[in-house]
Amino acid sequence: MADTTNLNDDSAQGPLGTETYEAEHVHQVYQEIAPHFSATRFKPWPIVEKFLKEMPTGSIGLDVGCGNGKYLTVNPNIYMIGSDRSSNLVQIAYDRKIHDSCVADGLSLPHPDGKLDFAISIAVIHHFSSPERRAEAIKAILATLNKQGRALIYVWALEQKNSRRGWDEGHNQDVWVPWVLSKQYTSKPNGGKGKKGNEQAEQAPKDASAQQGLANDDAETPNTEEAPKEAPKEVVYQRYYHLYRKGELETDIAAAGGVVLESGYEKDNWWAICGPK
Amino acid sequence: MKILTTNYITCAVKACKTSSNAFPLQFRDAELVQEELELNEEFIKNILPRIEWPALVQTAASLGFTTLPSTKPEGDLDEQMIKDLHTLLVETQVISGKLVCGNCQHEYNIHQGIANFLLPNHLV
Ligand SMILES: [Zn+2]
Repeated sequence: MADTTNLNDDSAQGPLGTETYEAEHVHQVYQEIAPHFSATRFKPWPIVEKFLKEMPTGSIGLDVGCGNGKYLTVNPNIYMIGSDRSSNLVQIAYDRKIHDSCVADGLSLPHPDGKLDFAISIAVIHHFSSPERRAEAIKAILATLNKQGRALIYVWALEQKNSRRGWDEGHNQDVWVPWVLSKQYTSKPNGGKGKKGNEQAEQAPKDASAQQGLANDDAETPNTEEAPKEAPKEVVYQRYYHLYRKGELETDIAAAGGVVLESGYEKDNWWAICGPK
Repeated sequence: MKILTTNYITCAVKACKTSSNAFPLQFRDAELVQEELELNEEFIKNILPRIEWPALVQTAASLGFTTLPSTKPEGDLDEQMIKDLHTLLVETQVISGKLVCGNCQHEYNIHQGIANFLLPNHLV
């Protein structure tokens, strides 16, 4: 059973399962960490790359939660509209000059129903803070697809005992995951805005998963240049994640009215290719 | 925002999704830029069947592109038509201005090429 008491107690604004909660523990964090986060995101994951490369020339689709837009460059023969809740990340995606990108909320996507050939949503759905909101987010993506349309969804897995974090079956599924913003990316003094910074790290749930030493574990490559060995003055941000257990993504897709066509596990993540019924 | 994108964008307000007045969104005070990009003929030929033509003609005309045929070209596209579509759909973008919903009248800002579809709380 997921124990979310800690997360609720620590939230100054809204309870878990609301947009206010996600605004503080997801949206604002990505706004603040955007350039550093982007610098660790450049290698497309193999299953995502394959999914995009197999799309016929002239296919038109979405990248919902496109972040820095790294998937927008995979296949030059298709057209992708990337969107993200963080305008700072969209700015980085836009500067790549490929395809198109806009700022949008995953639950209020600005696309007509039933017209697109494909969609991807990579490492995004796990940031919604209730089962209802996660299913609603999947439903919003499926709604944009035409009858043959396909969506590829990736979420972080609970079962990752071989990762540095060591989460596994039976652990708390609702966690805060720290992002240590290196000094070179911090533009303002510690805790300069709101209750961010190190003070917030101290309030993080006492869950084994949310310890500072394990920060940025989801970054793809350790960037030696940035290793804050001397005089570290980094700022720690906590991001909310729901860690998916085996079979849960399929359940959420069914709850969203979709059909799972293929699914699997790849390097600490569950993924599924799904379509509208 | 590129002109091709406008064919796949509508109002983010749920109640507007089913309204024919909401699509396409209408540009206001649009400032355009053009950027030379490599022509991908196969791509242009393949997206043509996926384009909602009347909406494209309407959007294009509102931005001053009045040479599109009123019905979608069929059969083999001639060289010039492919080039024109490439220029309009992927080389042209609105760098600043507004997109307005014809149903609820909500205005979405485009700033430095990026449209913002986040809704104020009362419209979510
Ligand atoms: Zn509207």
